[in-house]
Amino acid sequence: MSRLNEANIKTALEIIARYPRPKSALIPLLHLSQEQNGFITRDAMVHLGELVGVTSAEVYGTATFYEMFRFEPVGKYLVNICGTMSCALMGAGDLMHHAEHKLGVKAGGTTADGMFTLAHAECQAACTEAPTLQVNYRFRYKVTNSDFDALIDDLKSGKLSDEIPSHGVVARIRQRIPADRGVGAVAPELATENPVWMDGKAAL
Amino acid sequence: MTTVDSSNATPEVAVDPNAVSVTINGKVVAARKGEMIIAAADRTDDFIPRFCYHPRMEPVGMCRQCLVEVVGPRGPMMVVSCMTPVADGQVVNTETEGVKKAQEGVLELLLANHPLDCPVCDKGGECPLQDQAFSHGPGESRFVEEKRHYEKPIAISENVYLDRERCILCDRCTRFADEVAGDALISFTSRGNNTQVMTFPDEPFSSYFSGNTVQICPVGALTAKPYRFKARPWDIEHVESTCTTCSVGCRTVVQSSRDELVRYQGVDSQPVNWGWLCDKGRFNFESINSKDRLTTPLIKDASGNLSATSWSVAIDSAARMLRTALTVSPQSVAFIGGARGTNEDAFAWAQLANALGVDSRDSQMADGLPPQVFSLPQATIADIDTAKTIILLAPDLKEELPVLYLRVRHAAEKRAGRVVEVSPRATGLAGKAWKKVHVEPGKTAAALRALATDAAFTAQLASGSVVVIVGRMNLAESEESVVHALAEVLHMAPHATVLPVLRRGNVRGAITAGLTPRNGGKSTAEILEAAAAGKIECLVLLGADPLSDVPDADLARRGISGARNIIAIDTFITQSSALADIVLPAAAYGEKEGTTTNVEGRISNVAQSITPVGTSRPDWMIAVELGTATSHDLGVASYNELHAAMISGVREFAPAVDTHAVQHDGVIVAHPTPITLTRTDSASSERNSYDYRAVVSRKLYDNAIGTAKSPSLATLGETSAVIVNPLDVPRIGAQVGESVRVTSPRGSIALPLHESVDVLRGTAWLPINLGGSDVRELLDVAKDVIDLKIEKMS
Repeated sequence: MSRLNEANIKTALEIIARYPRPKSALIPLLHLSQEQNGFITRDAMVHLGELVGVTSAEVYGTATFYEMFRFEPVGKYLVNICGTMSCALMGAGDLMHHAEHKLGVKAGGTTADGMFTLAHAECQAACTEAPTLQVNYRFRYKVTNSDFDALIDDLKSGKLSDEIPSHGVVARIRQRIPADRGVGAVAPELATENPVWMDGKAAL
Repeated sequence: MTTVDSSNATPEVAVDPNAVSVTINGKVVAARKGEMIIAAADRTDDFIPRFCYHPRMEPVGMCRQCLVEVVGPRGPMMVVSCMTPVADGQVVNTETEGVKKAQEGVLELLLANHPLDCPVCDKGGECPLQDQAFSHGPGESRFVEEKRHYEKPIAISENVYLDRERCILCDRCTRFADEVAGDALISFTSRGNNTQVMTFPDEPFSSYFSGNTVQICPVGALTAKPYRFKARPWDIEHVESTCTTCSVGCRTVVQSSRDELVRYQGVDSQPVNWGWLCDKGRFNFESINSKDRLTTPLIKDASGNLSATSWSVAIDSAARMLRTALTVSPQSVAFIGGARGTNEDAFAWAQLANALGVDSRDSQMADGLPPQVFSLPQATIADIDTAKTIILLAPDLKEELPVLYLRVRHAAEKRAGRVVEVSPRATGLAGKAWKKVHVEPGKTAAALRALATDAAFTAQLASGSVVVIVGRMNLAESEESVVHALAEVLHMAPHATVLPVLRRGNVRGAITAGLTPRNGGKSTAEILEAAAAGKIECLVLLGADPLSDVPDADLARRGISGARNIIAIDTFITQSSALADIVLPAAAYGEKEGTTTNVEGRISNVAQSITPVGTSRPDWMIAVELGTATSHDLGVASYNELHAAMISGVREFAPAVDTHAVQHDGVIVAHPTPITLTRTDSASSERNSYDYRAVVSRKLYDNAIGTAKSPSLATLGETSAVIVNPLDVPRIGAQVGESVRVTSPRGSIALPLHESVDVLRGTAWLPINLGGSDVRELLDVAKDVIDLKIEKMS
């Protein structure tokens, strides 16, 4: 059910073809899968393993290394409120408290309608703009309680759907590289000669 | 030497371009390019502490414990010695103050989250972390914080338990699973402080080699169910021995405590097993401790039941039985079996057979190869490492000879040699094969003959040494077809050497010792056929169970019921020994000393670790006593005399005179003058297109007695099934999983239908000797091939 759908299998095969070793495509494929389902499901990991020729355990090991891959259902919008030093000093604690009341869930929870997941985040590297939050990794700066309410209302009404896609969509314009434009990388074990730079032949 | 025309030329000295010289703690060490510092240092007396480094796996530099100083132009520099290659003139110091401080620091960090529950840990007493904390640790820790906590332990497979609190994340188990076994079913998950070794959710680490991860775990994180809390290392007695579960002959340490076997550990033997064992070989010591072992002789009483008796009564009765039969004719006596015992056991029984004039003796169970394969130019297991081409004309090595599978897989993985798989179905090595020749049973020789026109294939054969691994890849196909196929390969590659893989523990030793038909004597199938015709007065079963081992249920049944008297020498009551007139209890593996011969003809010792259970005796002793009771003195009164008699009596065993070698890596048997095989035009019968040609082979965990009587292994076996290509399923009209009727000219049984792309269209794969319906009901050892009807049940 949460294996890749037909269209995404086609995309997946295109992505795999870019790499000399199929398993190198695993992380882009995990993003593709998360885009399709909103999170990484068990079946999806089995399917990706089949596509790139590794075991499910290896897919699981790779996927769990990265924070952006989620393994439980996530709301359409993942709201990460920064709680690190600058933001904490600028009222992130109050903002989180307000957000919990506004959404009716504790940090880490997902609203009953499946629209929002609220989460704590570590430093988002925008300390001058504290307190900050991200909605599906899109920044909001110097967020006040009323800014937050407006943001939630706009997301609910669909006003921001052009700016902020649903969780899992990393970019809405997909890179397409025709086969003849690929770099034609060769897996090290299949290379018959040293790369040019190693022999000192490269034009410097 | 070439001509020298220059007056100042120095004499040519063969300089190895890969030789380098390094100085480790002031001592000059010869090393080879590409070797890591730690490997070179291991040849000196100076020990560099380590956890993740393992000489049989790729280095990863995971634990950082092996930090040493390498003197560079800017002074000493700290490097991990497992990841830093040697260089000519390199100066390495492993014991300076700086190194000591660094190593102590690493250990302090490794112990920061380690629970230090050594008193209740199975590893305590033999734990590299414990030992090196003493030898290279700081003695005390500056960390006072609460340690990390996890549920402990969790089962990651039926037999392996993981304690994540103890784990130091060295990557040994995960590397082994991926690199060596090819079963990457465990992996590091999560990141940073949360990193842990884990399986995919609900998918256990069900690898045939999982026990090795327990052995190489440098802490107590991985433990094996069969050994958990059974013994402490300081209470264990160790003897080095050879595993005889299959015929690879892996070197092991047999460990016992309070006269009970508690564990087998692999020993790193360069020519054989590199330290690895399969789980079947590792855990089947449980069967030797089984409560079901025979402890006393049994004799059929007036009411026809087997009841306990004394050895003197049993031996006298058996001798009388043999004498009576011999008065009818020596042809009416036959010995089946002998592959379970040692070379000495087989030799003693062969001597007894010679003395009694019994020519019908066979240690193969109608599932082997003609002994002339041992007279072909022989390959060793180590030849696989250097062969340019490895031709598999063999059963699925992963299922039948697992540690040999690891060796071939390693060669393919390292691209040292190319693997050619000739088989009726894809085996465990198919993914590593350079060329796959999957061919319907009965057509293998013809398919190979056709390959002679394949330029790429013949060029590959001509490119260097060729090792042919040959065995019975299909028990529903005659042994002649294997010989015909082998003849074709040897015709294309006359320089090829042959590794004959007969599966049973010491079958090669038994054949060499003389337990094979001679002077026109009968083979196992012929003996059973003669018994069925009432021509066998006395049948002796030497640890053999024809009713569950001969791949022809009907023949075995007719043979066993037709034999007038049966004497069984066995460790358990089996299907066949239950029908014997006299059962003599035999000492098992670990209870007797001797030597064994592996697939390549390597003779190595098996050691005694515990006392034989009850009154059981080694097989050879029973032969000697039967000899005495039938007035044939075999002239030996002790194991040592027997061993000496065997070495002088059997030419092939002569190299075993080197006792030291036999007790370590073993010695290769002396080979007779090689013979050549002649090619024959083998006409195979055509298959009716409605039928499926049978492919019958073994799985690792089956109903074999050593597995069935080991609780940790008994539950791992699958049940019988008929497995066809997915494209054939619609033709049968039944659903996958549904029970179908499978019919051969011999019989008809119901089996669940399974599908697999590993199976050729028009063939059906039936794993043998599993629970459920008995596949052997369909088989007929007299037939070249067997065609099956598969029908939906009405």
